[in-house]
Amino acid sequence: MAASDTAASLFALLPVWLPLLGALLIGASGLPGVFLSSRSRAGERLAVVLHGVGALAVLVGAVASLFVASSPRFELAWSLPFGSFRIEVDGLSAAFLVPLVVVPALGAVYGLRYWSQREHPETGRKLRAFYGVLAASLVLLTIARDGVLFLFAWEGMALSAFFLITTDHDDPEARAAGRVYFIATHVGTLALFALLSIVFAQTGSFGLDALPEASASAGACAAIFALGLLGFGLKAGLMPLHVWLPGAHAVAPSHVSAVLSAVVLKTGVYGLARLTCMLPHPPLYWGGLVLALGAISGVAGVVFAIAQHDLKRLLAYHSIENVGIIVMGLGLALLGRSQGRADWIALGLGGAILHVWNHSFFKALLFLSAGSVIHRVHTREIDRMGGLARSMPVTAALFLCGAVAICGLPPLNGFVSELLIYLGLWKTLAPADGSPVAAAALAVPALAMIGALAAACFVKAFGAVFLGVARRPHEREPVEAPRTMLVPMAALALLCAAIGLLPALAVPFLDRAAATWSAAATAGGGAPVPLRTLAPVGPLGWITVLSAALWVGAAAAVLLLRRRMRVEDDQRVPTWDCGYAAPTARMQYSSSSFAEMLVAIFRWALRPREHAPRLRELFPKSAHHRSHVDDVVLDRWFLPVLRWIARKLLWLRFLQPGRIQLYILYVLIAVLALALSTVPVGELLKGLVPR
Amino acid sequence: MMSDRAVDAAVQPLLLLLLPPLLLGVIVKTKAAFAGRVGAPLLQPYHDLWKLLRKGAVLSRTTTSVFLAGPAITWVAVVLAGLLVPLAGGAAPIRFDGDLILFAYLLALGRFFTALAALDTGSSFEGMGAAREMTFACLAEPALFLGLLALARTSGGESLSDLFGAPIAASWSSATPTMVLVLFGLFIVLLVENSRIPFDDPNTHLELTMVHEVMVLDHGGPALGVVLHGAAVKLLVLSSLVVGLVVPVRVDAAPLRWALFVAATLAVAVAVGVVESTMARLRLLYVPNLLMGACLLTGFGFLLLLGTHP
Amino acid sequence: MSATADALLVFVLMLNFVVLGSGRIRSLIYTVAAQGVALGVLPVLVHPAGLREALVSIGAIVLKSAVIPRMLMRAMADLPVRREVQPLVGFRTSLVLGAVATAASLLLASRLPVLGNTAVRLLVPASFATVLCGFIVLIARVKAITQVLGYLVLENGIFLFGLLLLDAMPFLVEIGVLLDLFVAIFVMGIIINHIHREFSSISTERLSTLRE
Repeated sequence: MAASDTAASLFALLPVWLPLLGALLIGASGLPGVFLSSRSRAGERLAVVLHGVGALAVLVGAVASLFVASSPRFELAWSLPFGSFRIEVDGLSAAFLVPLVVVPALGAVYGLRYWSQREHPETGRKLRAFYGVLAASLVLLTIARDGVLFLFAWEGMALSAFFLITTDHDDPEARAAGRVYFIATHVGTLALFALLSIVFAQTGSFGLDALPEASASAGACAAIFALGLLGFGLKAGLMPLHVWLPGAHAVAPSHVSAVLSAVVLKTGVYGLARLTCMLPHPPLYWGGLVLALGAISGVAGVVFAIAQHDLKRLLAYHSIENVGIIVMGLGLALLGRSQGRADWIALGLGGAILHVWNHSFFKALLFLSAGSVIHRVHTREIDRMGGLARSMPVTAALFLCGAVAICGLPPLNGFVSELLIYLGLWKTLAPADGSPVAAAALAVPALAMIGALAAACFVKAFGAVFLGVARRPHEREPVEAPRTMLVPMAALALLCAAIGLLPALAVPFLDRAAATWSAAATAGGGAPVPLRTLAPVGPLGWITVLSAALWVGAAAAVLLLRRRMRVEDDQRVPTWDCGYAAPTARMQYSSSSFAEMLVAIFRWALRPREHAPRLRELFPKSAHHRSHVDDVVLDRWFLPVLRWIARKLLWLRFLQPGRIQLYILYVLIAVLALALSTVPVGELLKGLVPR
Repeated sequence: MMSDRAVDAAVQPLLLLLLPPLLLGVIVKTKAAFAGRVGAPLLQPYHDLWKLLRKGAVLSRTTTSVFLAGPAITWVAVVLAGLLVPLAGGAAPIRFDGDLILFAYLLALGRFFTALAALDTGSSFEGMGAAREMTFACLAEPALFLGLLALARTSGGESLSDLFGAPIAASWSSATPTMVLVLFGLFIVLLVENSRIPFDDPNTHLELTMVHEVMVLDHGGPALGVVLHGAAVKLLVLSSLVVGLVVPVRVDAAPLRWALFVAATLAVAVAVGVVESTMARLRLLYVPNLLMGACLLTGFGFLLLLGTHP
Repeated sequence: MSATADALLVFVLMLNFVVLGSGRIRSLIYTVAAQGVALGVLPVLVHPAGLREALVSIGAIVLKSAVIPRMLMRAMADLPVRREVQPLVGFRTSLVLGAVATAASLLLASRLPVLGNTAVRLLVPASFATVLCGFIVLIARVKAITQVLGYLVLENGIFLFGLLLLDAMPFLVEIGVLLDLFVAIFVMGIIINHIHREFSSISTERLSTLRE
């Protein structure tokens, strides 16, 4: 029947149209506010509504794509001489779309009270406009199938992120962080430009489809892979390319940091996944290299995190660690493709994408709750906080939820994705395989150490911020965050718990993504890999049962113990102080003291800087002690090298006297030279001289 | 006859709950024997637990609900981890591919909440204990995983019940050096996770030298009882890994099997008591070195397998 | 039609000389506006009349003769400047340079391999001459606002060149050029204000202190 045919074809196009429309809505969400007055609240409310509707459209489109047999395409020729407007929502895009669109939408709701127009009249509208553009570029780059369109969306994301990071442009720290971010992201974009040029040279088009085996030489593929690692690794924050991350995430407003950490980093991971999808026949060392980079990034990230005393910098370093874990899963999937093992691909890629989801949710939760704390206490220093669980109980409970999730502890979602990656690595041990591949299992202790270090770090963070007593008196007693800020956090916590309890919710997306990833490789003529869904290899049913048992058991145990140990408030006694009789709040373990042993163990990597007081006089006076850990890669490697280069090139300064007119003269000379170079000068002069 | 698995599944939880305090009693008796004393009765820990559970409650002003959640969640996590371990050379009541990772992470969950409960009191002693405990765990976890990796390489399994069991006897004959190294490594992990000498002295009275004891300094009454019982269950769970390594025989008759297991576990407790009596506590600065040594032992054992196996 | 177009182009070239030789800023603004009107009429004359040409015409005229002069007048209102008093290159010298540039363009431009509508012979030389005169104003003048006017003359020259390719260029690019001009002048107006606030003068010589 014609009607049902058209209906079916319309439905088949939904997965493509809905995300596009959603992206347009999200991108436009901040614009109406720009034209309204800076004192009205209608702009921010309209922005949230538009953003929410757009996000819902994208989400429905992503889910709909699971039900369509083959991924729909949409192509539109545009008037630029290269590239075309080609979008498609396949399994990989759909799997990444879900967190990419949920987290910014919840962040927008949070921003209503966190960065309300009334409190920040001069920066609020700009923030919302660029926030919408950022969220829309994220959607667009996930569904783009043409390299030029991808780069447009990539630059849109990078530039709007820059403006968001420097929202508080009066703060010199924010300006410095913005500068480093700007340089880093453009180096990455340059690498991507080079990558696309090589692709164009090999295939003659800018499409991001699988490279046909015939036209892709091994050298070109290796160059593409290396450039992809550089460009996408810079965005994802792989060590040692992470140098822009801690500064940028610390100075941005908290819901922007949440989006940066939870979502923008994942576009780097998406780029790597899409790239490895395109390249046929990955050699074994690619998978090993990616696995090793992920392990190094994970361990180094968490070791740096332990040494931090700025709450948001700590969370930023944890993002580096988690991206390392995700990349480990991707490396395992690459190894699986080289060896033709479908179970490694299913577990590695499934674990990586599930960790992308999980990290988006729990990192956003952590940043938002850290933001509520910072909003009330007006400082980011952990050592100035303390005892906030009593005045902000809901925020404390939500932060605890995020902390348990990020440490990968059952029954929350972090454990499930780490379990999948562990299982995949464990499978490389099977005695039948050759030993070089079994060495991949050495990543398992690295993952275990990452988990233990993360647990130490979050005990420190949660304990120093929320437990104990306040280390400094606050000028105003902090109160619980408003409901508009609590609702998005609670939604994220619920998502964490749901995925931890029922990972089967995410499995359709993971299966589809793994199928797309391995199928695209065979489309170019690679060896076919039999498809395995996660169900037979992952113990997801048992996880559900045991998580439920753990929730029930823990709840019952806590309730029983509380009932048995009920004590009236006026009958409580001071903490045991070993007979000192006058303990002060400053005597509590601070974050630096908690981390001291670990920083000492890792001091060869961390290079802590300490400013210790020297006692010169007989009687004690007040003194300062300060300890700090810089970002070693930035402050001890990159910056000294760059400063040396700048010193060596100082003699070129004579070209720069500071006069604009001279610079314009340079431009004129260059333009004339270019124009004359296109002309055969001899012929010109010949025609000039009259015969 | 009722299937072996059903019998095992019924006996294991009972054993998990009832046997642990006896281990503590055995350790105390062993140390007393070395010191020439009579020592406390073997069943003293049971009396202590019973007394604690009937006591009144005292709480500090600084603590929140996290303080009581700590012991409760730790206890539940450790007991659940115990259900994943094959105790008597058979299969654990709960087994699936990857349960060894859940095992390690349940113990980590317990450690996380114990440390949080310690920080909740706002006392510097407990903060110190929590810091030390979490630091030691960072180096002990890789050692545990490397040991399990080595066992998996020889036996080819992905579940604790597959690793410990029939394949162990074959592994002892085919890869003896690896098994010895793994045994040492796992024993050291046992000592550090349960805060025994040389990592912590459970009998010290000086707060500044404690690790686990000081973390639970402010707990009293029923909560302290839960803490003590949970710590004892953890000792049992980790010793059963050592027992599984050392006693690879499988006896068919169920009562004999369980009796053998109990005897072996008590032997491990005696071994712990011997170590505690003959060694002194290590200086705190050297503890990371010993833990890294354990990592190297198990890691080397694993690498030996990589080199020799085809 | 091409005769009218040629006449207009000669008028544009004359206006170039006026810009090069005059130092009074208000009259400079009017001159450049007049140049804009002349240019605005050209698309309809050079190409057969159509909707696209009409739109480009109207957009150019509105922008160059109404919107931009108004923005510049508003920027000027806050400043105490009325004349360019001490240019880097004197008025007479810049007139000579402009004459040399125009002559060079007239002689050489027709030899360049340029595609497009060559029925109006003066189009390519006039565009090159305007561009070079705009550059000369940019290099020779000291006050920021005069440099902005030099930039406007430069853009007029580029617009002229673009008329050649009106058929070949996508509409988007034409509109993009106009938008680019609008945004550039907007930004320059703001910057001039900031320069004045910072240095209490809009002499660009002060800007060399920013070099370090």
